[in-house]
Amino acid sequence: MWRFIWIRLLQAIPVIFVVITATFFLIRKAPGGPFDAEKPVIPSVKRALEAKYNLDQSMWEQYVSYIAGLFRGDMGPSFKYPGWQVEDLIASGLPITAELGFYALLVALAVGVIAGVIAALKPNTAQDYIPMSLAMIGICMPTFMLGPLLVLLFGIHLEWLPISGWGDLPGDKILPSITLGAAYAAYVARLSRGGMLEIMSQDYIRTARAKGLPERVVVIKHAMRGGLIPVVTFLGPAFAGLLAGSFVVETIFQIPGLGRFYVQAAFNRDYTMILGTTIFLSVLIVMFNLLSDMLAMWMNPRLRQQVSGKR
Amino acid sequence: MALLEVNNLTTRFYTRDGVITAVDDVSFSVDRGEILGIVGESGSGKSVCCYSLLGLVPQPPGKIECGSAMFEGNDLLACGELALRDIRGDDIAMIFQDPMTSLNPFLTVGEQLIEPLIYHRQYSRSEARTRVKELLDEVGIRKAADRFDSYPHEFSGGMRQRVMIAMALINEPKLLIADEPTTALDVTIQAQILGLIAELQKKRDIGVIFISHDLGVVASIADRVLVMKEGQVVETGTTERLFTTPKEEYTRRLIDSIPSGSKPNIMIQTEGSHSSEIIKVHDLHTWFKDRNSVEGEYVKAVNGVSFDIQHGEILGLVGESGSGKSTIGRSLLKLVPVTSGEVIYQGQNLVELLRVQMKPLRRHLQMIFQDPYASLNPRMTVYDALAEPMLYHEVANRKDIGLKVLQLMDDVGLARRYIRKYPHEFSGGQRQRIAIGRSIACKPEFIVADEPVSALDVTIQSQILDLLIELVKDRNLTMLFISHDLSVVRYLCDRTLVMQLGELVEEGDTETIFTSAQMPYTRDLLGAIPQIPGRV
Repeated sequence: MWRFIWIRLLQAIPVIFVVITATFFLIRKAPGGPFDAEKPVIPSVKRALEAKYNLDQSMWEQYVSYIAGLFRGDMGPSFKYPGWQVEDLIASGLPITAELGFYALLVALAVGVIAGVIAALKPNTAQDYIPMSLAMIGICMPTFMLGPLLVLLFGIHLEWLPISGWGDLPGDKILPSITLGAAYAAYVARLSRGGMLEIMSQDYIRTARAKGLPERVVVIKHAMRGGLIPVVTFLGPAFAGLLAGSFVVETIFQIPGLGRFYVQAAFNRDYTMILGTTIFLSVLIVMFNLLSDMLAMWMNPRLRQQVSGKR
Repeated sequence: MALLEVNNLTTRFYTRDGVITAVDDVSFSVDRGEILGIVGESGSGKSVCCYSLLGLVPQPPGKIECGSAMFEGNDLLACGELALRDIRGDDIAMIFQDPMTSLNPFLTVGEQLIEPLIYHRQYSRSEARTRVKELLDEVGIRKAADRFDSYPHEFSGGMRQRVMIAMALINEPKLLIADEPTTALDVTIQAQILGLIAELQKKRDIGVIFISHDLGVVASIADRVLVMKEGQVVETGTTERLFTTPKEEYTRRLIDSIPSGSKPNIMIQTEGSHSSEIIKVHDLHTWFKDRNSVEGEYVKAVNGVSFDIQHGEILGLVGESGSGKSTIGRSLLKLVPVTSGEVIYQGQNLVELLRVQMKPLRRHLQMIFQDPYASLNPRMTVYDALAEPMLYHEVANRKDIGLKVLQLMDDVGLARRYIRKYPHEFSGGQRQRIAIGRSIACKPEFIVADEPVSALDVTIQSQILDLLIELVKDRNLTMLFISHDLSVVRYLCDRTLVMQLGELVEEGDTETIFTSAQMPYTRDLLGAIPQIPGRV
């Protein structure tokens, strides 16, 4: 098991390195710069600013010193938030985004697994078609449309829930979590339906029925363990995707999370901020993929044995 | 009164392609202390018949149209799912065909074994554990206490079937339904499992329904036999009577199809090529990296094997699964990387040849695989499958290819009108004919046939075997015939090699081996073949 984890972590190093390098040069090559504004800055001031942020050095020098900084845990100063280090800004936004992502994931799992399993028990009937059609709508409907719709219905029309903020009013975390989780709930529903359908046709489900077990035990104990493995392997990419995709929801609901840094940085050519958030997200994606693979492995005794190498 | 009395059972499947009557007005009964064998070819409805009794037929598309099944005063077909659930796994238990897929790979064996006790008898977990260990001991699983927390994949096929049997017997059922319980097992393991079922049945005095396509197996275990065909009962009678004096034509055909006795005309030697080797194998090793091993150990699938294959003979290669017999076949044709050794063909050592050097030889060295369902490309018509090798090896050109394909179809007994059909439109036997046609398309000298009839029903099997004999004779072929089925080998092969754990343990004329085997392993294999009454 440890060997497996080590190999995966070592494999991640070149991946992340390529991400850093590609982002660094792409963003520098993109037209415009952090100090270009509609009203041109006085050349002497601009030169002074560029010197302050090492932008007057050659591209390679900047690259080398940036990488060297990363090894010291220094992601450089933000260009648009003077006086702030990028790592501090990420650290300030992360807890909120992570909490939002976590709730959204819970929504996705609860709704998705239940809908998927119910659909799989009676394939090609209304019990299958209704949840799966809803899932299809969930996948197709963009977050920036679903969010305002929910706000209109539950916030303004019914006046049940607050329409913005995070942790200021009771219940203000509900709508953002649902909005963010909806699309993923739909994916989870489709994955669990597929997985469950496959497992329910296995010979050992027939064995379980032949033992006279109640249908509830057949489904929950015998089928779900194998049937939900596709969902588990999807969890890693899903959580990373939730964090990366949270900016729309954060914008709609005025949530001070990580997402707005990411988007604003791209508009403002805030080089260090773009790099910082990209690196952070790619590390997260790698880590969560590894975590969900480990979880899936733990759930499957055959894989577990192969990896631990015991006979 | 009979333990189970089934009357006029009819089960239909309503599919998109129409209504299929899987079980058609079937009546039979089983007594306490009796083993009833149900035999029939695939698709004869023998399994569906028993699944219908226990409500294990998926509905829809299945539907039990009519009939009754009286078991201890209850009609199983009318009592409803809840009552049926109480009977399943308690009074009536089942064992299934494939112990590899019939146990849940995600749960420990112990966990699966205690379930019937917990749900039917309200045992506590610790009571159930004790009971399970006793029973595991009884079905012959040693160190039962240690094995309780193992997962199914840590057991061999035979051991898993023992676990299945223990699971079925745990609540002391009155009726046991065994659906092809030994089909997936080696012949020696099969003999052990059959012995175990018979012993447990006698000890507990229960009724058993034993479903199988293998008449030999049924003959060796059943008291009475029911023959099914296309959903209907053809004939029923005591085992002795049915096998010695079958009343119905179909039953007689089934029994006659079982390969028996020796090869019709031993050694069809062709003049001139008398006893010259076509292939010499010397000290062949084929090792695979063991994927489960951290230290990079090897699985020694073939470990130092030497033998010759004579011109024009059919050489049998037998052994249990895992003995390396298929690997030998593949190694000869370089379909797997060989570790070391020599395979001399036409004066060249095939092991050392490069891919390009192999190409001109490939048309002389062909292969027929076990599963005609998996080894034919589903997107290629008969024409495509047969024309491809001839065009590739340039034994036919674009102009005369059509005619050549038709001639080939005649040779393997496929009607010419099927030329544009796809593999899924054919039955198993016809598919194997296509596969055979493909292998002889380029007029090869040597063919490796790897279990070519194992996936086929017994009547089809005998047709394919006769086709092979005819082709070998007419086309002056040499064949290595790999099989786990010893009666087939005896019927077909001139000489036989016996393999065990990657090594040859015995070699000789087929008849000599069958009548006076030297090695204990060979004698075990032979002793395990189920015997049919009235045959030697």
